[in-house]
Amino acid sequence: MKSKFLIPLLIFGVLVAFLAIGLNRNPQEVPSPLINKAAPAFEIPQLEQTNKMFSPESMKGQVWILNVWASWCVACREEHPVLVELAKSKIAPVIGLDYKDKRDDALAMLANQGNPYLLSAFDANGRVGIDYGVYGVPETYVIDRAGIIRFKHIGPISADVLTKKIYPLVSELKKS
Amino acid sequence: MKSLFFLFATTLCFSLSVAKDAAPLAVDPALEQRLISISEEMRCLVCQNESLAGSRSDLANDLRREIRTLIQEGKSDDQIRTFMVERYGDFVLYRPPVKPITWLLWIGPFVILVIGIVGLLSYLRRRNLSIPSTALSEKDNQKIDALLKQDRKDRRND
Repeated sequence: MKSKFLIPLLIFGVLVAFLAIGLNRNPQEVPSPLINKAAPAFEIPQLEQTNKMFSPESMKGQVWILNVWASWCVACREEHPVLVELAKSKIAPVIGLDYKDKRDDALAMLANQGNPYLLSAFDANGRVGIDYGVYGVPETYVIDRAGIIRFKHIGPISADVLTKKIYPLVSELKKS
Repeated sequence: MKSLFFLFATTLCFSLSVAKDAAPLAVDPALEQRLISISEEMRCLVCQNESLAGSRSDLANDLRREIRTLIQEGKSDDQIRTFMVERYGDFVLYRPPVKPITWLLWIGPFVILVIGIVGLLSYLRRRNLSIPSTALSEKDNQKIDALLKQDRKDRRND
């Protein structure tokens, strides 16, 4: 008989648990359908050397990191030192995708804050971004030797994400 | 010679009438209508409570432009939806597709309704059973007969 009074309390407890989980999740982080799929192909001019093109095809055979950034993006500035750190570690080449940016602004930002990128591709109209499902800059992809996207991070990479997720994943991908 | 000139002149006229500026995209009402009907069913990922049709965000503008191009390429609505889902996931659709991972979402409310009905019925049955049905004694019957007789008499007198 006593247990009957506990039933509403129990239901309430379950409800609170669900709400707590729901409230603590980030609605901006939408699981990407591109994970474990081939990185979409493209060929667009580079940021620094405008007469040269970049295509993901040229990175086949190595594990690499694609970072979508822009000079107008505040979160990218926040992320920038972490990327510089990542580039220093030389664990994998970092390619930038300069998303819907002005060339002069982008070059100025790299000159001021350091350039972590092996090179940046210049996506002037955001068309490549659409193929990669970019909806909030910065976004970061880890792509394996076969050109398959293995990991995507939306928003600025923190030092924590770098050491706990990206470093272990890259070294594991490099082994295989 | 004269006829040749005539032919030349008419061809020139014809080609001139064709070589107008391309109509701006927004002028094609059928295309815009399709664009709206497709993009109203899609979520803008930047401002998630707005549809792609209603959002003023930069990405929504780009995606509407992209959908416009796809329509002009003669892609069907389904193909355009697939294009979007391949890039942004099912989350981009306001109506989630029915597939194993969304079964609970689609059928869940009905399951809960059925559980509720079954629970209610079993509760009502148990309650009915718990009320003791008492048999009437001879004395009770006589009492009832007397009351009924009294009642009939009262009515006749009214």
